[in-house]
Amino acid sequence: MTDSHHKNGTTRRGFLAGTAMAGAAAVTGTAARATGPDPAITEVQPWARYLGEGVDARPYGTPSEHEAHVVRRNVEWLTADPISSVNFTPIHELDGIITPNGLCFERHHSGIAEIEPAQYRLMINGMVDRELVFTLEDLMRFPRENRVYFLECAANSGMEWRGAQLNGCQYTHGMIHNVMYTGVRLRTLLEEAGVQPGGEWLLAEGADASAMTRSIPMEKALDDCMVAFKMNGEALRPEQGYPVRLVVPGWEGNMWVKWLRRLEVGDEAWHHREETSKYTDLLEDGRARRFTWEMDAKSVITSPSPQAPITHGPGPMVLTGLAWSGRGTIPRVDVTLDGGINWVEARMDGPSLDKSLHRFYYEFEWDGSPMLVQSRAHDSTGYVQPTKDELREVRGENSIYHNNGIQTWAVAEDGSVENVEIA
Amino acid sequence: ASAQTYGLGREALPEEVAAWDIDIRPDGLGLPEGAGSVLEGEEVYLEVCASCHGGFAEGTGRWPPLAGGFGSLDGEDPFKTIGSYWPYLSTVWDYVHRAMPFGDAQSLSDDEVYAITAFLLYMNDIVLDDEFVLSNENFTEVRLPNEDGFYMDDREESPLWGAREVCMTDCAESVEITMRANILDVTPEDAALRE
Repeated sequence: MTDSHHKNGTTRRGFLAGTAMAGAAAVTGTAARATGPDPAITEVQPWARYLGEGVDARPYGTPSEHEAHVVRRNVEWLTADPISSVNFTPIHELDGIITPNGLCFERHHSGIAEIEPAQYRLMINGMVDRELVFTLEDLMRFPRENRVYFLECAANSGMEWRGAQLNGCQYTHGMIHNVMYTGVRLRTLLEEAGVQPGGEWLLAEGADASAMTRSIPMEKALDDCMVAFKMNGEALRPEQGYPVRLVVPGWEGNMWVKWLRRLEVGDEAWHHREETSKYTDLLEDGRARRFTWEMDAKSVITSPSPQAPITHGPGPMVLTGLAWSGRGTIPRVDVTLDGGINWVEARMDGPSLDKSLHRFYYEFEWDGSPMLVQSRAHDSTGYVQPTKDELREVRGENSIYHNNGIQTWAVAEDGSVENVEIA
Repeated sequence: ASAQTYGLGREALPEEVAAWDIDIRPDGLGLPEGAGSVLEGEEVYLEVCASCHGGFAEGTGRWPPLAGGFGSLDGEDPFKTIGSYWPYLSTVWDYVHRAMPFGDAQSLSDDEVYAITAFLLYMNDIVLDDEFVLSNENFTEVRLPNEDGFYMDDREESPLWGAREVCMTDCAESVEITMRANILDVTPEDAALRE
């Protein structure tokens, strides 16, 4: 294995300089021996001596100042401007399956629409018995449900089609979040309007300056879609569609129309810009798949990863990651430490919910030698997450979207980690 | 089916539906009355579109090109534009009308959108006459070159679909690193954030 040099000659270790490393002594084998009394214990710390802030100081709490690096990040060169652009969830720093609201990645096409809730309207029109207008208060009077779903951008991992490009799972896999939505079944609203025979398609439209539209088959609309007004218990964040967004479980994020203002029932698909020019998948023969709605089974090891190197040296360690499928649950994730020569089943932990993130762990003794780590998800349909090469065999390198190939991280002896491809 | 209803909301007025229901379909459904010529379109285009999309619809900087790229879709670097990639003209009309100019959406009149659409057809060599007038009358007669370039998601026919046996032990002789992200070195540095 190589050590990983930047072009300026510093190693990835430089990237760690200044990070608070608990217990600077490298631990080898069994429990460490203290070289002397620890001042963190023997000296009275300021927080143990002086008073802290009162309960009136933080009406809406924020993370510790020591967690200031746990933020959404932008990759400037990806898009022409930051208004029609995307940022990335810091999944390398998170655990469990719920994404904190303030860290959920953003993707806008005309920036964040700031809507006054009193001026919010939702219209249903087209092939319905009653064309209707709802206020936010009206929506709150329908029976509600709570569901946890992942939202993954169709372009998540899209920059990796031609090979290893971005160093960190925040950038390679961070166009995803997973929250609990509270809202009304879309079916309930459509029944209120009365869908007419032949009304087999639904057009969802946003109220922002991009007036985002997507065609959704009525079968899906009546199945598990939601019109949501809360995420993780509180109102949607403005950047996530406040006050109301569409939830389209398991399907590509582009369809989850934010700032939802209108639902039109029709007898054919609309073939709008976001389902013709964009969100169509060009294959090698020059033809393209359209209406590739479902997000296939996928997984990624979030730690260790390029932004989450191993800082504790050899010995017991925790490998962890996320797995998800737009077609069901994830009963099993396999993990390899040697680039896929040998695999073990990871330990699934926490709730296993339909079309939601799943958390897996693999605890083992690291002997300090280089590793090539990968994870491979199996979903409840039996589908197995493919390698990137298997995907390229079918699709070539120009389909942009729907890259669910297996990710490889190279872990070096010093614990630094790099995004690589192997063969 | 007699689903339960709650009597919530109110009936939408025709003026309200007209104000928001602006979508156009490939069969022309939704097109308003109106017309615009290539030359009228060029005038509007140069005024409100060219600063981003270039004088010849070729794109500037990172902003999208709107013309060219014919025959590039099965190559190494596909150049996807209205002329080379988009299936339906209705999408051009609908999208320009709903979302352009970027930062001043829904500011164009119906006739201006017809004119810009006509100009974009001309820039893509789909109409060759600069006197050409596009209207709601002749709109659906115009077809884009790549209309048949799309097909319904067929992942379920793919060899990767369905349950597969996986190898768990001794699955390869050896593996080699073939690509490394550090070589490219395009990842944003966040050292400043890690105090």
